[in-house]
Amino acid sequence: MATFGVLVFPGSNCDHDAYHALKHVMNSDVKFLWHKDTDLSGIDFLIVPGGFSYGDYLRSGAIARFSPIMQEVVKFAEKGGPVMGICNGFQILLEAGLIPGAMMHNEKLKFVCKNVYIRTESTDSIFTSGLEKGQILDVPVSHGEGNYFIEEDGLKSLQDNDQILFRYCDAKGELTAEANFNGSIDHIAGICNEGRNVLGMMPHPERAMEKLLGSEDGKPIFESILNSLSVT
Amino acid sequence: MYKAKVNVTLRPSILDPKGKAAHHALQNLGLKEVQQVRIGKFIELDVDAKDAAEAKKIVESACTQLLANEVMEDFEITIES
Repeated sequence: MATFGVLVFPGSNCDHDAYHALKHVMNSDVKFLWHKDTDLSGIDFLIVPGGFSYGDYLRSGAIARFSPIMQEVVKFAEKGGPVMGICNGFQILLEAGLIPGAMMHNEKLKFVCKNVYIRTESTDSIFTSGLEKGQILDVPVSHGEGNYFIEEDGLKSLQDNDQILFRYCDAKGELTAEANFNGSIDHIAGICNEGRNVLGMMPHPERAMEKLLGSEDGKPIFESILNSLSVT
Repeated sequence: MYKAKVNVTLRPSILDPKGKAAHHALQNLGLKEVQQVRIGKFIELDVDAKDAAEAKKIVESACTQLLANEVMEDFEITIES
């Protein structure tokens, strides 16, 4: 059985949500990895969770990327190891250079905490292989700096290489201006790297795992991941 | 010991919503002459180096690695002894 590792930084606050989603909903093996740890042996999949690592000082994710464990995460990812960064985790992966681009303050400067819709744009990844192209997911967001930015050339290469996995949309799957609540370029909610083994997404699938708590639309993402891990 | 002053600013092509909000507030205060506001960061560092050139080099390395994110920010360094 695959073992998941959930990173814990001072200021992480979605580490337990990710742990719960994997351990109690998906019945997987999962362990916490402290930011000072450097041993990733036995770990098959890494989750960089949401929160406010190191108080988000300087820029979100900027300090966390220099933590001891992140040096190992970069090596793990460069060898093709699967890594998923959610919210602050996405920001950390951007700062670490594992995914291109940067995060700016939400266009309207407000911290937004609500459920939004995202549309599955590509099923060609271990994170989305069990989804349908165009599938709409109802998942929560909770961030102040989720306004994804990349230069024009970079955006073109994301589009050409099919690296955009999720876009913000409305309930019907339309890419309306209102649906793009944080001002992200090209409605981007989640992208993968060129090697397709690293995913960064602002919405929280790990907080949408049980119908009782509002939505279980995050589940198919973790099901896709578990299926891919059991095949390899 | 040298004192380094670093200004980190958003690249001109990047929308600065904080600057826009401040600009809007200044307009409301009646300061119509203010045409644009861009908000950045000011960072001061005390650097132990043998000369100003070396100090600048060290601070440049600090900026490119950590203090600025060059995807969206520019930085400017002034070294004072």
